Amino acid sequence: MLLIYCPHCQENREEEEFSYGGEAHIVRPLAPEALNDKDWGDYLFFRTNSRGIHHEMWYHAVGCRRYFNATRNTVTYEILETYKTGTQPTITGANS
Amino acid sequence: MSQNRLESHSGVAIDFTFNGKAYQGIAGDTLASALLANGVNVVGRSFKYARPRGIFGHGAEEPNAIVQLGSGAGTIPNLKATQVELYQGLQASSVNGWPSVNFDVMGLIGAFGRLMPPGFYYKTFMYPKKLWMTYEHFIRKAAGLGATPVEADPDCYDKLNQHCDVLVVGAGPAGLVAAREAARTGARVIIADEQSQFGGTLLASKQQVDGIAAPLWVASLVAELMAYSNIQMLPRSTVFGYYDHNFLTILERRTDHLGLISTRGARQRLQRVRAAQVVLATGAFERPLVFAHNDIPGVMLASSVSTYVNRYGVAPGNKLVVFTTNDNAYQTALDWQRIGREVVAVVDTRSNPCGDTVAAVKAMGIEVIAGHGLIEAQGSKRVKRALVAPINEAGTQVTGAVRRLACDLIACSGGWSPAVHLSSHTGAKPEWDASIVGFRPGDSKQQERSAGASRGTFDLMGCLSEGASAGAQAAMLSGYGDGNLQFPAIAVDEYSEQPQQALFLVPHTKTTSRAPSQFVDFQLDVSASGIELAVREGFESVEHVKRYTALGFGTDQGKLGNINGMAILANALDQSIAETGTTIFRPSYTPTTFGAIAGRDVNNLFDPERYTAVHRWHVEQGAQFEDVGQWKRPWYFPKQGETMQQAVDREGLAVRNSVGILDASTLGKIDIQGPDAAEFITRMYTNSYLKLAPGKCRYGVMLKEDGMIFDDGVCACLGDNHYLMFTTTGGAAGVLAWLELWQQTEWPELQVYFTSVTDHWTTATVTGPNARKVIAKVCSDIDLSSDTFSFMDWRDGTVSGVKARVFRISFTGELSYEVNVPAHYGRHIWEALIAAGEEFNITPYGTETMHILRAEKGFIIVGQDTDGSMTPADMNMDWVVGKNKAFSFIGRRSLQRSDTVRSNRKQLVGLKPLNDKEVLPEGAQVVFDAKQKIPMAMQGHVTSSYYSASLGHSIALAVVKGGHKRLGQVVYCPLADGRSIASEIVSSVFYDPKGERHHV
Amino acid sequence: MKKYSAFSLLKNALSYHENWQKVWRSPSPQKDYDVIVVGGGGHGLATAYYLAKVHGITNIAVIEKGYLGGGNTARNTTIIRSNYLWDEAAQLYDLSLKLWEGLSQELNYNVMFSQRGVLNLGHNLQDMRDIERRVNANRLNGIDGEVVSPERIKEIAPLINISRDSRYPILGASWQPRGGTARHDAVAWGYARGADALGVDLIQQTEVTGIRRKEGAVVGVETSNGFIGARKVACVTAGNSGVLAAMAGLRLPVESRPLQALVSEPVKPCLDTVVMSNAVHGYISQSDKGDLVIGAGVDSYNGYGQRGSFNVVEHTIQAICELFPAFSRVRMNRQWGGVVDTCPDACPIISKTSVQGLYFNCGWGTGGFKATPGSGYVFADTVANDRPHPLAAAFTVDRFNTGALIDEHGAAGVAH
Repeated sequence: MLLIYCPHCQENREEEEFSYGGEAHIVRPLAPEALNDKDWGDYLFFRTNSRGIHHEMWYHAVGCRRYFNATRNTVTYEILETYKTGTQPTITGANS
Repeated sequence: MSQNRLESHSGVAIDFTFNGKAYQGIAGDTLASALLANGVNVVGRSFKYARPRGIFGHGAEEPNAIVQLGSGAGTIPNLKATQVELYQGLQASSVNGWPSVNFDVMGLIGAFGRLMPPGFYYKTFMYPKKLWMTYEHFIRKAAGLGATPVEADPDCYDKLNQHCDVLVVGAGPAGLVAAREAARTGARVIIADEQSQFGGTLLASKQQVDGIAAPLWVASLVAELMAYSNIQMLPRSTVFGYYDHNFLTILERRTDHLGLISTRGARQRLQRVRAAQVVLATGAFERPLVFAHNDIPGVMLASSVSTYVNRYGVAPGNKLVVFTTNDNAYQTALDWQRIGREVVAVVDTRSNPCGDTVAAVKAMGIEVIAGHGLIEAQGSKRVKRALVAPINEAGTQVTGAVRRLACDLIACSGGWSPAVHLSSHTGAKPEWDASIVGFRPGDSKQQERSAGASRGTFDLMGCLSEGASAGAQAAMLSGYGDGNLQFPAIAVDEYSEQPQQALFLVPHTKTTSRAPSQFVDFQLDVSASGIELAVREGFESVEHVKRYTALGFGTDQGKLGNINGMAILANALDQSIAETGTTIFRPSYTPTTFGAIAGRDVNNLFDPERYTAVHRWHVEQGAQFEDVGQWKRPWYFPKQGETMQQAVDREGLAVRNSVGILDASTLGKIDIQGPDAAEFITRMYTNSYLKLAPGKCRYGVMLKEDGMIFDDGVCACLGDNHYLMFTTTGGAAGVLAWLELWQQTEWPELQVYFTSVTDHWTTATVTGPNARKVIAKVCSDIDLSSDTFSFMDWRDGTVSGVKARVFRISFTGELSYEVNVPAHYGRHIWEALIAAGEEFNITPYGTETMHILRAEKGFIIVGQDTDGSMTPADMNMDWVVGKNKAFSFIGRRSLQRSDTVRSNRKQLVGLKPLNDKEVLPEGAQVVFDAKQKIPMAMQGHVTSSYYSASLGHSIALAVVKGGHKRLGQVVYCPLADGRSIASEIVSSVFYDPKGERHHV
Repeated sequence: MKKYSAFSLLKNALSYHENWQKVWRSPSPQKDYDVIVVGGGGHGLATAYYLAKVHGITNIAVIEKGYLGGGNTARNTTIIRSNYLWDEAAQLYDLSLKLWEGLSQELNYNVMFSQRGVLNLGHNLQDMRDIERRVNANRLNGIDGEVVSPERIKEIAPLINISRDSRYPILGASWQPRGGTARHDAVAWGYARGADALGVDLIQQTEVTGIRRKEGAVVGVETSNGFIGARKVACVTAGNSGVLAAMAGLRLPVESRPLQALVSEPVKPCLDTVVMSNAVHGYISQSDKGDLVIGAGVDSYNGYGQRGSFNVVEHTIQAICELFPAFSRVRMNRQWGGVVDTCPDACPIISKTSVQGLYFNCGWGTGGFKATPGSGYVFADTVANDRPHPLAAAFTVDRFNTGALIDEHGAAGVAH
């Protein structure tokens, strides 16, 4: 069971307080109608699914009800950092 | 006094029965020690060959002595007799053996054991094909250990969540001193041990520690620890799992030592501990030696024999042969000699044993047969003799004549295997260390360190110093102390020991495949020849061999057998043990009661029940309830003697003809405020809210980004920048999270805030032609005339003295007022409305009637008429999709994908059975041609179906491929009973198609 | 391949089992193959078997980074059924079920397929509507099944709790008598032995580290033991599909999630069928050895660690104790996790890709084991003919672009 640091509450809290929000940093296309079916489908469903460093959203559902991002290793499950939505990770696959 | 109880040992007598026979033990006994004291040899039968088995070990490693405790609802299967504390009146029985463990007819099968090598069932029972289920029936009957209860568990279980700085697992010498060092720093310490008493191996030790007998030293240290306020001491508490981020689970057995069923609260308690640092001082298991017929009762671990003698005062036999590869087991010979029983000989595989203990044994005049192996035990239900033969230096061959030693007890020791289980749970890969002939814990993956025997340090001095250092270090890393030791070193006697020999399979005069079975995993009857056979058949991976032979799959999880098994495998593969590797240990360390893992969250606490403020009234009226998500909603309100159909007919007609009342409080309600609220809501719904004025409501549909309907409901504009969004009952939480997601992650620039107010409001829907008259009686400050308070308007006002919001929205198609008041006034307002409606025979109705009334109007229920693959167009609801919205609302782009614009998608239609009294089953499949053969081309299915009392015929909603263009066509629903019901495709709006009734 | 039978067992017993043949060879890889199957789990081995058996392509290697059948094949709860909602899924799974019915004989390896039936419980009115819908669809697709009452459920599984006072009382169930369980390891071993006998090279302990392409077409794979050439590469690496796809510069609509399971200690026969509940979320059967085999829901987060979070196990056991209050005193012996590829519509991807000669079979989510024979069968056909097998046509990866999803999540699809 994960122990997750909520950057809003600034506390380590149990995984049971959170829900997982999927891959982070997927930006909704500004003009969806300009996309063809392939590109729109890619946005909707296709994911990097990284083995190793993964940036993902978490929702502090029974806490502050804020979304934030985590950089987590999907093999060791180690959480390397959490950071607020709208900011960028300091740890990426490239520099890990 | 029982035959094997030492006179020096006494205590309060405890009566118990085993297999129906009465025995006596004494306080402090385990069931195993008590059985041994009473000379019970055969305690079980093995899994596969039904061979008689006796007690082999003295703790969690025990493979044979598996018992069923008690009977009836409290019975517990599969306990290890070595871990059952004796209590007055305890009843235990063997789990296998028919008609008895002493004469088991299945034992005859054992004679055909050679026909059942590993994997034999993969190779047979295939022909004839149809007989497999019969074969399987008998295979299953022969398998299994104990029996489950057949009644509900009479006990309850608790959970406790804890944080600590240092968790010490195991209260042997290393653990105890680790806890002391850590506690001294002020760190919050938990020390847990699976046994009833702290002390571990010291409890059975004859060594001196700090100048006093080991058990006394333990007692004084335990007393010292108890004085710390920052330490929790948990005996009878097994740390059974080590999970991510230093989360560990402890099963605390609170009352099992007192009786079968608890009379003192929770029987067991699951402690869920988040520890900053962990010290693993879990000890080690002595390794049996693998020789022919090493499973006969009377063969035991050397340390177990010593433990029974020293701790329990039980001598489990008379004439002892010790068989060892190391110095350590010589202690057992000394222990045996001391109680005045005969040590026949010590058989040592090493050619020249000469350590201090060896010398002590020799000095007692005990024969030491060096350079020999005990190659075979003989006897049926008890060892009668040992066959001993010289073996070569490598331990691979018998090199000389066999000698017979008469004996009734063989104590064997192949060295010690560190208990690396918990460290292995963390993903640390155990590493083979030839110097200790065992696996040491791998590099730490979490905040843990091992100390003492679990780290491969077997001498007491080493255990104590490692434990102390580990405790101090763990405390320091959790923020307490400086890591330096606070207590002086402890003085213990030191012995010089000679290196042990690595021997995992004792040679026999015959080859392994032809020798009598040399058991590796006793519980599952895995023998050395079985492992070699697996290799011969090409299974090379340790996991394959494990799976093929079942090695390590027993309830002892291979605590005794795994290392020998790996080594025999490595040898057969001509590899080193390090290359072969070990399997990964997984939780549970020892089996863990389901009830404790479930805790209190069973029965009525399995999931919260949510009630509306009017719930009690519904109960009083005899309502039947339906589970909708966590909510209990009134389903229908039967009157005396009414069937469900009669009740809903009456309720529906009342709404259509006069007035009804529905408790709609469970609908989700989200209060939305902020300058960008309208813009935000407009992005979430398919239609626009930019021009919705205060006092107005609008119905909206929400899509997921894939274009499929996700939720629906009415949204009201309460004021400038203030909205109230209604959601479906089941969808409320999901919708709120959905709104938060988009606002927080995609459009943080939009200033809008959401608050769930579902539970804050009671909603009473008053609906029917007389609704206005009812409302008028309890509300004087709202102008109810249709011109000023129109359909899809809402007003603030006072209803029966309570400030209320009244919404003119309708899910029945009738004139409707949804009265919302703060939930505290819920029952008051409800009863006021009932009283006001009395003269109109106001009729409470439930979800079933609500469903019928809305179906008559063709209103959909998300989740019933839709299933996650339906667009608004599919539901014939294009009207709710804004065509000119500036912003591409959530899901819009997906509505234009090639599959979503297909013309033959399943579309919502009405179905009217040709026999109009016949009600189609919901879930019936729709076909165009009833005469076709199976597989039929299915065109859709019935989503909602009812008998409509208002219309006098049955109605249904269905989704049908291309249905919107098929009005008037006849379709068929082929049913399970062979009938096929013909229906006409009609408009999904059956009642008041022009929508005049709700506008009045 | 020497045939297994009671007679061969007797004969070998007389020679102390010293003369058994190897179940498969341990060949060194050739330089080049017609087809390389990446992944030696049940699906990969079945693919290789049917490529050789049905399509006569025998110059095949199966490349496995660990040991055969060591991934999800070794970690699942072995439930087999075909009562899926949507036509496409139902037909695919029923092909599989039909193959299961003759598999022991086909492979001359007893996979212990036990048709003890599967109950899918309903706990609320919408569950029951969905069950009716699914059972009706199954029936018209020629798949066995019926809707049964709580009383009938109690006859089938006597220890189940059908009290109306339960938090979520059992209102009924779908019952598929042809469903059941099988011995998971035996399936991998049986296919491996069969494939090997047909000439397929089974290469273990060799990890594929790259997919080499030339002019948009696959030419082979880089491995931990060097390059191996191939005209076609078929990836069947559940749990790691995304990793393989990335090697070819592709992304998939797949996320890898932990899926946990556990077993009790072995107990005497007490449950003669498979019981699944989507609403309270647990499923359970009893193995021939006597263990209660229990499956949990998928963990919420992506994870390749072959382990999940304890709270998921707790919730599952709560569900089991809720369904079977008598099991509360039984004990958990062992728990573990696998890594499943989850697809947005809970249906697999069996597909060509934009790289010529590269195929993927993945995304089975929690439902892969039961599909093993059918998956291998249609994937072999797809690879051999470079076009989707008719039953695989709906499962191409394109559906995530066109929108033609097969939504087995839709409340009715009990996705296990």
